[in-house]
Amino acid sequence: MAIEDDVCVIGGGLAGMTSALRAAREGARVRLVSHKKSTLRHASGLVDVLGYTPDGELVAEPFGALAALPAGHPYERVGVDAVRDGLGLFDEVVGDAYYGDHTDANALVPTHGGTVKPTARYPESAAAGLASDPRETLLVGFETLTAFDAPLAADHLDAAGVPAATRGVTVPFPGAFRADSRVTRFAHALDRDEAIETNAGTTGARRALATAVDPHLDGAERVGFPAVLGDDESSDVRAALETRLGVDVFEVPMGPPSLPGLRLERLFTAALDDAGVRRTTGNPVVDFEADGERIQAVYVDRNGQRAPFHADEFVLATGGLVGKGIDSDRDGVIEPIFDCHVPHPDDRYEWFVDEAFGDHPFARFGVDVDAELRPLDADGGIEYANLRAAGGVLGGADFAAEKSGSGISLATGYAAGRAAGEAV
Amino acid sequence: MGREMEVLVIGGGSTGCGIARDLSMRGVDVTLVERGNLTHGTTGRMHGLLHSGGRYAVSDQESAAECIAENRVLREIASHTVEMTGGLFVQKPGDPDEYFEEKLAGCRECGIPAEVLSGAEAREIEPYLARDVERAIRVPDGAIDPFRLCVANAADAEKHGARIETHAEVTDVLVEDGQVKGVEVRHASGPGKRTHRDPGTTERIEADHVVNATGAWAGQLGAMAGVEVEVRPSKGVMTVMNCRQVDTVVNRCRPKGDADIVVPHETACILGTTDEEVEDPDDYPEEQWEVDMMIDTLSELVPILSEARTLRSFWGVRPLYEPPDTGTTDPTDITRQFFLLDHADRDDLAGMTTIVGGKFTTYRLMAEQITDHVCGKLGVDAPCRTADEPLPGSNDFSVLRDYMEEFGLRSPIGRRSTERLGSKADRVLKTDDPNPVVCTCEAVTRAELEDAIDDAGTDLNATRIRTRASMGNCQGGFCAHRMASLLHPDHDEATTRAALDDLYAERWKGQRHALWGEQLSQAMLNHALHATTMNRDHDPAAREETIEYDRFDAGPSTSAADAATDGEGVNRGD
Repeated sequence: MAIEDDVCVIGGGLAGMTSALRAAREGARVRLVSHKKSTLRHASGLVDVLGYTPDGELVAEPFGALAALPAGHPYERVGVDAVRDGLGLFDEVVGDAYYGDHTDANALVPTHGGTVKPTARYPESAAAGLASDPRETLLVGFETLTAFDAPLAADHLDAAGVPAATRGVTVPFPGAFRADSRVTRFAHALDRDEAIETNAGTTGARRALATAVDPHLDGAERVGFPAVLGDDESSDVRAALETRLGVDVFEVPMGPPSLPGLRLERLFTAALDDAGVRRTTGNPVVDFEADGERIQAVYVDRNGQRAPFHADEFVLATGGLVGKGIDSDRDGVIEPIFDCHVPHPDDRYEWFVDEAFGDHPFARFGVDVDAELRPLDADGGIEYANLRAAGGVLGGADFAAEKSGSGISLATGYAAGRAAGEAV
Repeated sequence: MGREMEVLVIGGGSTGCGIARDLSMRGVDVTLVERGNLTHGTTGRMHGLLHSGGRYAVSDQESAAECIAENRVLREIASHTVEMTGGLFVQKPGDPDEYFEEKLAGCRECGIPAEVLSGAEAREIEPYLARDVERAIRVPDGAIDPFRLCVANAADAEKHGARIETHAEVTDVLVEDGQVKGVEVRHASGPGKRTHRDPGTTERIEADHVVNATGAWAGQLGAMAGVEVEVRPSKGVMTVMNCRQVDTVVNRCRPKGDADIVVPHETACILGTTDEEVEDPDDYPEEQWEVDMMIDTLSELVPILSEARTLRSFWGVRPLYEPPDTGTTDPTDITRQFFLLDHADRDDLAGMTTIVGGKFTTYRLMAEQITDHVCGKLGVDAPCRTADEPLPGSNDFSVLRDYMEEFGLRSPIGRRSTERLGSKADRVLKTDDPNPVVCTCEAVTRAELEDAIDDAGTDLNATRIRTRASMGNCQGGFCAHRMASLLHPDHDEATTRAALDDLYAERWKGQRHALWGEQLSQAMLNHALHATTMNRDHDPAAREETIEYDRFDAGPSTSAADAATDGEGVNRGD
């Protein structure tokens, strides 16, 4: 029997999930089709709206700075209200698991590289670590976890002028773990409070970790760990450490595989299930069928078999260069599913600049859209009347430099999902 | 303060390090100065081919015979830097039969083992060779790690008492009474291992004899001494692929041409090259068409290259030399022989010898001949032993144990560490501390990096070339910061940060020539990890203006407290 939906969202990241949720609220029958694991596992789990202006000015209050963004920026396309609406939807989905909705100001969160980063929403697990909070801080790293060097990060934060006195210490993670254990191994040991052999006998992993850190406290009022404090049971793990150490405990967000990113993904997945969104995962969309200016169906490749997914409205939320929603070869840059136009210089040596952290054109690659988020062709016409785009697949913003990735996904996902839902 | 030395060698490439080793083994007091890190010039920018001599068997038989002889020597003395892959000269339709026969005959005349294979036999060895390859000549080409080889020479020279000074640029050649007396160098940051941000110092180094082993830069160095050295720098591009499409060196069997060789190298393949004369060895264009030509032309030999992922491209400059008045216009016609210029004979300037031309594969032979020459000048009578004594790391390589169990390393990591370290593996990997993998692409552990840092100081690029860390698919995106953190706390935070910035910038530079497809996706991911997750592009510690922290959220509890103190309610309309 043919698969028939009102709205078909392609892409399972933050933008796709937001679109699907928002479209479902309009009463639409929604399907979300995703291929690989989402790039949330790469992301820190922080939800940025705007941390820096295009000129590189640090932004303390993002909503005030949005109006100054240039034409073509995704925020300019959807407007400031959509940004607030997107964040509002986010706040509903995550509930108590995230902080930041009590203020319009950005928070500065310590990074695992020892800098601070402006963000609009942060996981509960990171809340006690904010850089504007002057409480004396101890950072704890693990001997075998090479991505986070706590003494170096502490010295770096000091160089960044944070108000809190900050020290770092490196301890062995209690127990006999391989030298190349991944962060998920530590997290699962804490989730399950695994029995660990220590000098003082067998004890649970949580207590053993607190015991290893306790001698280093020395008056610190809060303790920061790399983001490995549990996966499914992270609140319990943190609470147990706080009880035993007698101080607040926080996590410093990390790179892939990012547990905060994965936890965020789970919150959204649960909300999708609650909203009745049908999810089809694990296979790529490889082709589509269009009738004049409207898309009729997309085709998913299942081990060589092409399965059509019909819908009235489609949302393209396949991500940018990292998620492969935008692809390229030596001759040019493309959007691989619908072949939507992606503006880019013909000469690939104009896709980048010479400085590693320069203003790279490639960082802005993506489809251009109208105010309804419909992708535009090379002449500025609408590609398809029932196709909208959201999130990283949109061009016009260097989300990495601006610290705007999640905000763009939420705002455009919200706007695309609402428009698609309303149209059916 | 000058220090009395007997010989000063300028240039820390393969030739200079080879000379320093040879001189020091013969009991001569040597100082070597290099303006960058070791291999900074041509040595670090070649495709890593250990020539069998087959390449020169038609055009330059003297070079060919030297190559096969040195090929055999290096397999013995530098086994841990050599992989004997074998090589193929393959003939495609249209490649002239006469040349194929000349190549075969030339190899045999030069004593290079050569065997003719049918197209089918060649494809049995290399399944990705083009279907229309007609036949091939198999020769003992190999792959060699120029970094490890050069560093091993320098290390052995140090062991024999030499002083090896990197990041020391010659600013003047001291000439008095028609004789070279030494040089003045500017230390990038003081003598010894490099430390960032320290004020530079200059040093006057006196010597009885100076050897100019600066390769493509020999003309510039000669000019400082007032002599003309007609070196003709010629650039060549090399493109690094992310995996080994071939396990054998594959050459195109035709008279000459650009883009005619693929060299497997550790986890990668390197495509090469071009040959184009440039004015300035430090400043020449690196152009898109050169990269495209590598991929397009070599895809004719190995078609999957057209779809493969490239990691980066880099350019090197050859130190070609031809005696005055030869009048060659095409750099590919210039001999690959090397020339020893005795400036006393040639220019009436005693105390200095220049070495130019030559090839990486014959670096040891060149060093031997120059050392013979210099020793003759100094009246030192000692035999050359560099062909017989193994380099550090290559002693008893055959008896290495399986390090997987011994050091708790997983099999591929243990194997790769051991291959890189050779006989040093035992000392380096035996640590009481945990030894996690820091660079996962290239399987480099903390102990191996710490050993390299002991040697290289805060220059992470010098650590990189010793270990291969950050040279894999991610080009440092996942590991550059982990490498940098190993410098702390021996070095302070600012130094560590500067070292990271240097390494990251260097890794970025070569990737710019590979930014499409998978590698563009990787570049964006690296950008996201370093700019978004770590905010390194707006690092507040590196910016002039200070952050007004109190304008930012300090958490819900704090702001509620503030609101209470200020007497203002929090009115958010809900």
